[in-house]
Amino acid sequence: MTLPVLSRSAIREQSWSALVDLLVFSIVLAAIFGVLAVGRYWLGAVTPAAQISHSPSALPKYAFYSLVRMTVAYFLSLGFAVGYGYIAAYTPRVEAVMIAALDILQSIPVLSFLPGVMLAMAALFPSRQLGLELGSIVLIFTGQVWNMAFSFYSSLKSIPRELREAADIYRFDRWQRFLELELPYATIGLVWNSIVSVASGWFFLMACEMFVLRNHDFRLPGLGSYLQTAASNDDTGAIVWGLAAMIAVITLIDQIVWRPLIAWSDRFKFEQVESSNKVTSPILHLLLSSRAFHWVSAHAVQPAWNRLTAHAAGLTPRPPKPPRAPSARAAAWMVPAAGVALLLLAAYALFQAALALKGVTLAELLSTMTAAGATFVRVIVALLIASLWTIPAGVAIGFNRKLARIAQPLAQIAASVPATALFPVVLLLLVRIGGGLSVGAVVLMLLGTQWYILFNVIAGAMAIPTELREAASVFRFNRRQRWTTVILPGIFPYLVTGLVTASGGAWNASIVAEYVHFRKETLSTLGLGAQITAASEAGNFSVLLLSTIVMAVLVVCINRLVWRPMYRLAETRYRLEA
Amino acid sequence: MVACGTPARTRAKSRLKAGCRQDWLPHIDCPTGAAHIDEAAIIEAKQVEKVYGQPGESRIQVIAPTDLAVYPGEILALLGPSGSGKSTLLRILTGLSKPSAGEVLWHGKPLAGTCPNVSIVFQSFALFPWLTVLDNVQAPLRAIGTPPHERMKRSLRTIDSVGLDGFETAFPKELSGGMKQRVGFARALVVEPEVLFMDEPFSALDVLTAENLRAELLELWEGKKMPTRAVFIVTHNIEEAVSLADRVVVLGKNPGRIRTDFRVAIPRPRDRKNPHFLEIVDYIYRVLTQPDAPPAPEPGQPAAASERAAKQAYPMLPHARPGGVAGLVELLLDRNGRDDIYHLADELAFEIDDLLPIVESASLLGYITVKEGDAELTPEGRAFAEADILHRKELFRKSAAERIPLIRQIVRSLESKSDHSMPDEFFRDMLEEHFSEEETGRQLETAVNWGRYAELFDRDAASGRFYISEEGHNH
Repeated sequence: MTLPVLSRSAIREQSWSALVDLLVFSIVLAAIFGVLAVGRYWLGAVTPAAQISHSPSALPKYAFYSLVRMTVAYFLSLGFAVGYGYIAAYTPRVEAVMIAALDILQSIPVLSFLPGVMLAMAALFPSRQLGLELGSIVLIFTGQVWNMAFSFYSSLKSIPRELREAADIYRFDRWQRFLELELPYATIGLVWNSIVSVASGWFFLMACEMFVLRNHDFRLPGLGSYLQTAASNDDTGAIVWGLAAMIAVITLIDQIVWRPLIAWSDRFKFEQVESSNKVTSPILHLLLSSRAFHWVSAHAVQPAWNRLTAHAAGLTPRPPKPPRAPSARAAAWMVPAAGVALLLLAAYALFQAALALKGVTLAELLSTMTAAGATFVRVIVALLIASLWTIPAGVAIGFNRKLARIAQPLAQIAASVPATALFPVVLLLLVRIGGGLSVGAVVLMLLGTQWYILFNVIAGAMAIPTELREAASVFRFNRRQRWTTVILPGIFPYLVTGLVTASGGAWNASIVAEYVHFRKETLSTLGLGAQITAASEAGNFSVLLLSTIVMAVLVVCINRLVWRPMYRLAETRYRLEA
Repeated sequence: MVACGTPARTRAKSRLKAGCRQDWLPHIDCPTGAAHIDEAAIIEAKQVEKVYGQPGESRIQVIAPTDLAVYPGEILALLGPSGSGKSTLLRILTGLSKPSAGEVLWHGKPLAGTCPNVSIVFQSFALFPWLTVLDNVQAPLRAIGTPPHERMKRSLRTIDSVGLDGFETAFPKELSGGMKQRVGFARALVVEPEVLFMDEPFSALDVLTAENLRAELLELWEGKKMPTRAVFIVTHNIEEAVSLADRVVVLGKNPGRIRTDFRVAIPRPRDRKNPHFLEIVDYIYRVLTQPDAPPAPEPGQPAAASERAAKQAYPMLPHARPGGVAGLVELLLDRNGRDDIYHLADELAFEIDDLLPIVESASLLGYITVKEGDAELTPEGRAFAEADILHRKELFRKSAAERIPLIRQIVRSLESKSDHSMPDEFFRDMLEEHFSEEETGRQLETAVNWGRYAELFDRDAASGRFYISEEGHNH
């Protein structure tokens, strides 16, 4: 009899798969319904200031709307990042300009884009909710796209020469090169940057869903606006419900999307030897063993893929004809023309900006400068406090494997909670203790950015070779010597990376931290972020422009003068050769 | 420049002949007298030249004007020390890199873009780590639009032929080095290339694996199981070249140029202990260890052009460590002051890239003389070998400061300044007129190494300045 041979594990595997199949089908059904619902809502009439319900029963709907916004914004970012990175990497003439632009755009806070984006979208779709929604989506997009674009660009630039040559000598066309070389090579960087970007999207969700523009209230139904309404009405119960919903959504996304993605992207690691520690994802495993998944893959994805590549192969005549004069001539004519057009546009924008800046009074200029100083001090204080606790804690965790196993997941969960969501709670506490928003802003910056430093310090401490630590013990280094000769130099490159990210995050956080609607009143403190938010709400275009320029200049200068030299030092002197 | 009166085709032949030394080596034939006098070349490079640097700025010649052709039915080995532009020449012939001057002909027609039907096997394998073995092999076929069924058939057949049967669904990172390079071969062969190019294909593998793969490659070639008409292999391993090739081309460096080009007429399988085999290996060593002696050009030939260019070049500091020089000199002292360089390399298990810079340094410092592939200790060398550590440093200091131009120049520049220090940009600028940026960095690194050993000068990494240490200056 062969029947009993059918092993138990195989049966269980089978029943699991059926369950997963059922799940996949229900998800597909839900998705279809969701698309319909979103479509009806988007194409409906404009309600600029939707009534935000306080009831927890409204939360699933709000969470869904927020999620749709985030998803659309994310895919928009992905597409833009890939396009921008690709053009920058392969067009030497504009490469330097495009990368410098990326640097500057990255330093402009989300809210500075708000008036322009909102007015443009409202003008495009005056009678549909779509306009408002798109505005909100574009705002989220501006907060997450730049680092992804930079990641894709630098991945393209670092593809090993021999791989490129292999693609050339085997006559890959542009399309095949993109699909089989460039995109896979860039995948890991893109995945990690996507995680960072989406986290920052959650951070600014409140600002992107609910804002005042020229004394007009804009409210879009969503988690962010729910939380903000709850906070300004001082409804503690609603705050707790909203927070719980947000944490649940973020944790779910982490488990359902990011973990499987990281595990899957492991195959794109550019390594010749298999590494021992891997991220595993039970969900990816289940999905890969699902029959529905295989069916879709075999009957829809693979044939489509084959047709796509075959079509692409057929597109380019082989062998390629060398005389491509007409198109080349057209390109030669187009590039300078586009350049001139762009320059003209830039000149016009500059002229307009100068006109707008002419309206700035001396008092406004002075207050902007003091505000910039105040925010600068806050950023430094936040970074200092963060370093003071994260460096010892991170080193302790990194050196102790047992502790790391417990602490790392905990810290990851703590880090994934958006600081802005916690902010109302923090403010309540602070008000009770007697601290003002000036201190509160530092706390929010800290909440939002300390994790970058912590995670990098842990990674750095783990990367210090055991031999170095053993040497320190054998030669009886005292505590001070241990820190100055082994630990600090060892974690330095990681620490710099963490500080750079944290510093950028802190500047951006000042926008939401220094100006808050709370308990039906508006709290604000002296700072560049407060100035930008206030100017954007009041529609004071000249002050908004001025403070945005000041912030961008400050951030870019700090990057050039402080972080870049430190990076160089980290790469040369403090590099631990494996 | 080269006299332009002779037509290119005959000039190409005479160049090859000029490098040939039939007179004293019976088993080396001239290609001009061999089989392919009437067969047309598949790929032919005419007076190709590679120069780095912008027009108007200082230009560094990496490859002097060179003629080289690949004929059907031959395995051609391109041999040379590092810095002789072997890989650059390979990339020019395949069309991956454009020559600064001259042209490459494919079946007599000028090349536009990459060669229509060649493959490369890379030193680092250059497999796509995210594709399985089968997908890696299929990728080139997909690029030329082969239908799926045919693609699969051909890929599987090729995978079988290189002994990778059963590994179709494995990812490259799951394979050993030798297996990875088999995938490299399969991917190269699946498109049935007319010429198979290989860029140091065995140098990332251990000795036994490399030997095994070489034997299998020869088996495929001899048994005509390989759909290629010619093989072009770049290597820095002399024995590899002699055991594989029908024709060996040896490059010299600074700038890269052809030193000699000859046929190896030993029947296969070749025995490494065969006296003819050893004779040829020894001949190549002799050519490589005398970088400045032109291998007897025939009178009236334009061959001297590249040699002239070499003479004008700034003397290059060989990348050897003082400790290596000391080791070589001591070894020679043990051998009564004289030994065959080929023997030394064999015994030390050094490849020429490792040994030649040491030999060159020792000879520049005046510790040895190189004649006919033998190294002989000079009286200075003997004194150096017998000295103790401190005395040895003193001797080294003296000979380095006297005989090595770059060291001398650095010491003099530093001495002329009141604070005995100079930023390294000064020397960088000076060297970049003669070398590429990369080579300049290496030159300075070696100079610092020598300067420190000799206690002549030092470099402070933080400030990026060269300086004469107080201690050093008292000498």
